[in-house]
Amino acid sequence: MNINLTLFSQAVAFAIFIWFTVKFVWPPLLRAIEQRQQQIADGLAAAERARSDLANAEKKAVDELRQAREAAADMRSNADRQAAQLLEEARAEGARIVARAREAAEQEAAVAAQRAKETLREQVAQLAVSGAERILRREVNAQVHAQLLTDLKQELR
Amino acid sequence: MAEAQELTTTQYISHHLTNMTKQVGEGSFMTLHVDSLIMAVIMGLVGIGFIWWIARGATSGVPTKRQAFVELVFDFVDEQAKGMFHGDRHKFIAPAAFTVFVWVLLMNATSFLPVDLMAWVYEHVFHLHNWRSVPTADVNTTFALGLSVWLLMIYFSIAVKGFGGWIHELTCTPFGVKPLWASPILLVFNLLFNLIELVSKPLSHSLRLYGNIYAGEIIFLLLGMWAATGLVGTAASAVLTAGWAIFHILIVPLQAFIFMMLTVVYLSMAHESH
Repeated sequence: MNINLTLFSQAVAFAIFIWFTVKFVWPPLLRAIEQRQQQIADGLAAAERARSDLANAEKKAVDELRQAREAAADMRSNADRQAAQLLEEARAEGARIVARAREAAEQEAAVAAQRAKETLREQVAQLAVSGAERILRREVNAQVHAQLLTDLKQELR
Repeated sequence: MAEAQELTTTQYISHHLTNMTKQVGEGSFMTLHVDSLIMAVIMGLVGIGFIWWIARGATSGVPTKRQAFVELVFDFVDEQAKGMFHGDRHKFIAPAAFTVFVWVLLMNATSFLPVDLMAWVYEHVFHLHNWRSVPTADVNTTFALGLSVWLLMIYFSIAVKGFGGWIHELTCTPFGVKPLWASPILLVFNLLFNLIELVSKPLSHSLRLYGNIYAGEIIFLLLGMWAATGLVGTAASAVLTAGWAIFHILIVPLQAFIFMMLTVVYLSMAHESH
């Protein structure tokens, strides 16, 4: 155990090694490690952000789906209502047409009946006149009795 | 060992514990332990160089296994520095602690080299007589480290607190200088306390490392010597050497860790004022 110049030589070596480490070894390692820490922190933050984005998107998708379903239901009920209305209108229209047709037919029938009655009345009058002619067997002044016949025709109406 | 049969026990052990010296001037102080110096520098170059090589190609992306390993060591040291030093540790303290840890760890780790085999290799391959593998089993190395840290500690004390502040700390703590009538006595006691602390720091710092590694080396030598007693002794020696080496795996990083921790503690204390 003798102290000698080795002490100084080793101290110099020590000083050089420390200087070298401080200058060239420590900084690049520190930089690499700190950068990686930053990257990992960024990555974690990004993952967190992505997760919340996903949650938002899912919520939005559910909302959209619900809206679409509601819109579809609306549309269907509208269509039903419209169909019912159309049916109703068609039915009313049909009823109207039938009624109008019936009315027209009734009128026509009434007119026809009237005409038939008129014709019948003329014929009855003529029959009556000719019958009376035959009964009386004598000349009947048609002009004298025309008034009488007209009155008779009026009565038959 | 070429001349093992001619050696006594004492000669064997002292042969292994003799440094290769080189006289560079007058007096016993002006000698160099060439083996300690060269082994230490090789270990430093290997350790710091390897880490430098990794640091140059360090990526902030996915690290290679090599880089991950270096980062583990980095983080380990950085955590210790972070826990004790409250300031910009990246400027000096953490890299200095890193250097200490890596270098001392590797210097201690040379004690895993089998003593007699390496002695043969040094003798016959490199033609080096008396070449010791373990720089930290040389008190010069540990004192060089310990005193360097001690000087850094004093430097930082003065740089942070000013010369006056440092002197004030030496003389006015831990007992204070009040009341006024007692202040001369308190001053003396304070100074005495602080001087003892100041002197004991580098001593305990250096000698703890030296003692542990030196003792470990001696145990290896004693176990190695057993092999000279015959076949049974050789077998027992092999088993016990393996056992001691396994135990030594604990001691080597532990001592490196303690040395690094004390370095951080001393340098952190220098930055703090009472």
